[in-house]
Amino acid sequence: MISKTRGKNKITHFLLKNNTYVVFLILFLICCLASDKFFSFLNLRNILLQQCAPVLVSVGMLMVILTGGIDLSVGSVMAVGSSLTAVLMVNNGFSWPLACLVSLLVGAAMGAFTGALVAYLRFQGFVASLAVMTIARGIAYTITNATPINLEDGTLNVLTSKAYGYPIVFIALAVILIFAVVTNYTSYGRIVIAIGSNAEAVKLSGIREKRYVMSVYILSAVLATAAGIFLAARSGVGNSTIAEGQELDAIAACVIGGASLAGGKGSVLRTVVGAFILALIGNIMNLLAIPTYPQKIIMGLIIIIAVLMQVLTDRRKNN
Amino acid sequence: MEQANYQLEMRGISKQFNGVTVLQDITVQVNKGEIHALVGENGAGKSTLIKILSGAYTKDAGEIFIDGKKVSITSPLDAKKLGIAVIYQEFMLAPDLSVAENIYIDRLSGDKKFINWKRLRSDAKKQLEDLGFADIPVTAKVRNLSVAHQQVVEICKCLTRDARILVLDEPTAVLTVAEIRKLFEVIRVLKEKGVSVIFISHHMDEIFELCDRVTVLKDGHYMGTRSVCDVTSKDLIHLMIGRELTQMFPKRGAVIGDVVLKVERLNSGKRVRDVGFEVRSGEILGFGGLVGSGRTEAMRAVFGADKMDSGEITMLGKRVNFSNPRSAIRHGFGYLSENRKALGLIVDQSIRVNTTMASLQKVTQRGFLKKKREKDHVVSLLSQLSTKYGSIEDDASSLSGGNQQKVALAKWISSDCKCMVFDEPTRGVDVGAKVEIYNIMNKLAEQGVAIIMISSEMTEIIGMCDRAIVMHQGRITGELSKENLSEENIIELAIKEAAQ
Repeated sequence: MISKTRGKNKITHFLLKNNTYVVFLILFLICCLASDKFFSFLNLRNILLQQCAPVLVSVGMLMVILTGGIDLSVGSVMAVGSSLTAVLMVNNGFSWPLACLVSLLVGAAMGAFTGALVAYLRFQGFVASLAVMTIARGIAYTITNATPINLEDGTLNVLTSKAYGYPIVFIALAVILIFAVVTNYTSYGRIVIAIGSNAEAVKLSGIREKRYVMSVYILSAVLATAAGIFLAARSGVGNSTIAEGQELDAIAACVIGGASLAGGKGSVLRTVVGAFILALIGNIMNLLAIPTYPQKIIMGLIIIIAVLMQVLTDRRKNN
Repeated sequence: MEQANYQLEMRGISKQFNGVTVLQDITVQVNKGEIHALVGENGAGKSTLIKILSGAYTKDAGEIFIDGKKVSITSPLDAKKLGIAVIYQEFMLAPDLSVAENIYIDRLSGDKKFINWKRLRSDAKKQLEDLGFADIPVTAKVRNLSVAHQQVVEICKCLTRDARILVLDEPTAVLTVAEIRKLFEVIRVLKEKGVSVIFISHHMDEIFELCDRVTVLKDGHYMGTRSVCDVTSKDLIHLMIGRELTQMFPKRGAVIGDVVLKVERLNSGKRVRDVGFEVRSGEILGFGGLVGSGRTEAMRAVFGADKMDSGEITMLGKRVNFSNPRSAIRHGFGYLSENRKALGLIVDQSIRVNTTMASLQKVTQRGFLKKKREKDHVVSLLSQLSTKYGSIEDDASSLSGGNQQKVALAKWISSDCKCMVFDEPTRGVDVGAKVEIYNIMNKLAEQGVAIIMISSEMTEIIGMCDRAIVMHQGRITGELSKENLSEENIIELAIKEAAQ
């Protein structure tokens, strides 16, 4: 009898410990049952290609959240990435790799600006990134005149082309892998997480914590710029109006993945799964032809449920 | 037995957490108007017992009587209605509200719709005057009050709710000598009014001065209740730790060598004026004085945690300038903070992470953590300090005060300091762990580390230090050699105005 309950406890413990993954699997099964179009190569490939950009943004957001900050500028920075790359290619005749490189550097500079405001001038992450969000969107509008720019010759397509084996998927995979390793196996990751728990104690341990704080905003902005380039590559258009509200999806992915907005807690793999949970929900509702507006309501409710599960697990762990 | 005599009786209280018994058949009886001490080492079950009384935990077995009537306490609200108030070390005050607002926080407008500010303030003023604190301005923000005054506000708040049983959890830990005197007066006023006080403290002298009776707990067991006239502090310590504590301050054989750290004409902010001293290898240099005399601020400035306005630091014969803690640590200067939870440890990260935080370079290779090496390093370090813990992956917050302090210490030992500041190293640490921390300090001194110990416990300075410097209002008021170390001499310097 005792061993039976203990066995049961073990299973509950396992399920609770891996709740993000469990939720994902259950959702996946529900999707398979709800629509026969869901489990098809075409649909799954679409989800995968579509998610490359949000996954990058979410991973960057996670790094910021781990330090106890937040980066609201990622959506606008994506727009800069998309627009600037297109402008450089179409108007200035840059080759696509050079255009991408310059965009990434500009992204890094924007991240450095936000990061410097937070780390050195002690702005709150929310406020600093809110300002940069507005600035970045303005930059994207200004350089494109708020009109979409067609990437006519389509060379940026290399990134998404079947012939080359969908490079963006592999880039995204590499990013996930690198950041999973960074957060778990490097002193950099250790310090980033420790800052989120107690920045003052980290400073008094002889670590120049400001540099680390600044660096996560740079990482977040670079990943967001890359995500913007991905979108341009997929759609063949450089666009300054994309990714409005993408920051909220990225935050949601982190939170569904168990990250704490107070900092010091979160996982890269779970965040990625969190992003895919959001994607599955969106996808299945489209397949079931649920109209866009109610979709939003359902999406919000599901975020609440996912976070509630995290809260309950935490409470259980603490008792 | 006549139960009606007791204002509060807790009888046969037991409590288990996850199958572990933390309280076993505890009985506490408190008379009306009695000041009753509750003592025991950290982990003896004092806090659990108090949390049962305050309704934060529910008991597994036992009964609680108030005025001889059996009561049921299942929530903090129940306890409040029964007139039980607990004042923890971390106050439950809203720092940005005024004193008056805090005192009447749960009934600001009385039974009216709007707040009558005039009345609120005059009521608060009267309450404070009753306790002898007419000097606390009722309109001041609580944030701007001293810790001692915040405590008074907290007590006032409880009294306006007709508290008949007041529990004070280590109330003197954060107070200066003068403030402790004042607090004792307040507690005696309460006694006159018939309030029963349960007083938790690690300090024997406070218990003997203030309390009527004392109940001792050890490892969740009831060890007995004594009248303070009938026992000596030796008896109590014996009851608390179950053995004689023959030597509180162990002897040591450290050889005092060359000057390791020399500080001259240090000025920083408003709290550090013209501070200069030197400390040699193998030496333990005490820093005495009242809380707030600028000792912590001076060391923080040396360490690079706060800005140094002027001054010179020489470390191992070389002029240095610690612009941040990192450069101080690189030169072998470590600082064990007095504020363990906020500054010393990252309490919601693992013991492992905390132990290597100041010496990550030891367990990393090209930026990658060597987890096996780290684990071995942490385990061996902690066992050297005889730290008790479950797993090194547990959060630091899961440890008792003494063991948390050992982890904080391990962090600095791991970073191979040549000179180390121990800022109030035994605050909130039980008697047994105190001796262990003294032993660690001695061992470090024997290894040639220069040690600076800031302490407000004079017995500790007298027992441990080779020499002591005393500060008052940011200035050094004098230095005492080993032979001249006495409580009288320290106090005299601690309250004396500096020569200039």
